[in-house]
Amino acid sequence: MSDKPDKFIDDDGLRLDGRRFDEIRPMKIEIGVLSRADGSCYLEWGKNKILAAVYGPRTLHPRRKQIPDAALIRYRYNMASFSVEERVRPGPSRRSVEISKVSAEAFEPVVLTKYYPNTVIDVFTEVLQADAGTRTAAINAASLALADAGIPMQCLVSACAVGKVDGKLVLDLNKEEDNFGDADLPVAMTQDGEVTLLQMDGNLTPDELKESLEMLKKGCTEIFEIQKKALYTKFGKDPVLDVDDIDDEDDEGLAQIQVELDDSEGEDVELDEDYLDVDEELEEAVEVIEVEEDPDKKGISNLSDEKEDDSDEQ
Amino acid sequence: MDRKIVIPGELISENEQNAGYGTYVKDGNVYASVYGVLNVKNKVDVIPFSGKYVPSKKDYIIGTVTDVTSSNWLFDIRSPYTGMLHVSEFPKRVESSKMSEYIDVGDSAILRVKDVDQSMKIELTLRERGLKRVKQGRVLEFPPSKVPRIIGHGGSMVSMLKKETKCEIFVGQNGRIWISGSEEKMDQLTDAIRLIVKESHIHGLTDKIYDFLTNEKNVIDIETYVSSQDEIEFQEDDEIPEDIHRKVDALLDSSED
Repeated sequence: MSDKPDKFIDDDGLRLDGRRFDEIRPMKIEIGVLSRADGSCYLEWGKNKILAAVYGPRTLHPRRKQIPDAALIRYRYNMASFSVEERVRPGPSRRSVEISKVSAEAFEPVVLTKYYPNTVIDVFTEVLQADAGTRTAAINAASLALADAGIPMQCLVSACAVGKVDGKLVLDLNKEEDNFGDADLPVAMTQDGEVTLLQMDGNLTPDELKESLEMLKKGCTEIFEIQKKALYTKFGKDPVLDVDDIDDEDDEGLAQIQVELDDSEGEDVELDEDYLDVDEELEEAVEVIEVEEDPDKKGISNLSDEKEDDSDEQ
Repeated sequence: MDRKIVIPGELISENEQNAGYGTYVKDGNVYASVYGVLNVKNKVDVIPFSGKYVPSKKDYIIGTVTDVTSSNWLFDIRSPYTGMLHVSEFPKRVESSKMSEYIDVGDSAILRVKDVDQSMKIELTLRERGLKRVKQGRVLEFPPSKVPRIIGHGGSMVSMLKKETKCEIFVGQNGRIWISGSEEKMDQLTDAIRLIVKESHIHGLTDKIYDFLTNEKNVIDIETYVSSQDEIEFQEDDEIPEDIHRKVDALLDSSED
């Protein structure tokens, strides 16, 4: 760990990986990658690789944790044991528990939890490969996974970090800058610039903090644009879908189903008229016909006939 | 018709009177709250791409029994909440010890939501015409957000499916569909429903599904008349040699030059 670079910023003002001081790493996003999750997102940000999955809203157990007028957001940040050079012990650590807690709180103000009382929205973020700024990357991925799951939110959350190296503020730290820098300030904010998460490691002067927040606003807006583009282009390049007859459906949907019911009533009016007794008699009649048609079904229908006889006797 | 995709937090109207579902109002402006497609009619709605079914009063749904208690059947209704059917909501008087003889764990039923209270306690009912325990056929699941696509514009899709497959169909608002008919037709219908869900965001879906159903019929027709097709092929075989002779002649002529 003693391979600290002599200089973080060269004479041209470029950083170790060739970025300018206010430039973020390239980001790649894929939405809806997991078939069994309600919403999911895979995100690559520089050398970070994050997989986020959202399940729910679903019933919350244990029941004592249920909130009577809101959904609980259960957020899990986890680093895969192979995500860094030195193997990390699998399972929750002090660090990951803390990150999980603050990340859940980063989403609480924006997710409209009041629509799903007594439930839980589970967010799982797995760091598959880490290279500094994984909590912000995980928040960016989780934000998209929540949108993909169809969960109502006030807006998306974008997160980014600012750090200090060689006495200069830089946006979106890479690993060297994170390990040997003087400060690290991860922040999550909404598109309006409302901060939902702010942590700090190291020292910054009040002026530096103010300047950092300005840089972060710019960085988060940039990330928000990338997130927005990813959502717009999930179904193809065009942000406009060529969809027909969506309108009216929702209003007429109920009416239509009602009509359907009326239709089916026409076919088996007798079934519903005197409820179950008649119903079962008719069923038997139907089954007799089936036996004649299909000898394979004989065994099954005989069995059910016997069953019905039993219940009549009782 | 072109539809714009919107994301949570996107400004969709500056008049708060326009706020429909899938939206929220802040400072007099209307914003989208879910990821979906914008639908501007008399109100501005966002039709979500995905999401869980949230029961509301008077919905027709298809539930599956998960438990039978002393006075209730508990139904899984594909929602974060369980549905309760009280014995008194069964069309016939049932003794509590005999409840599972009528509807047992694993059985499905077409139900209606009688009431939903503040704490999302869901009361169901079977006491209405058309509601019944499902005794034959199949129950398929699909994302609840696709319900409007399966019903179609004013029910066009469902009536087309019914007509083309001669199956009985019931679409539950909670993303379950009950179909009943001959095994072959139900297989065909299952595929058609899968196609609807997969291609739900394309234009002219009803026509496409119609083609899918009718084309599959053609495939079956061809297979049953394989012998006649063979005869056609033999006839063609007899004709081909003449063509080849002519072509070979032409080639020979040109090579001689």
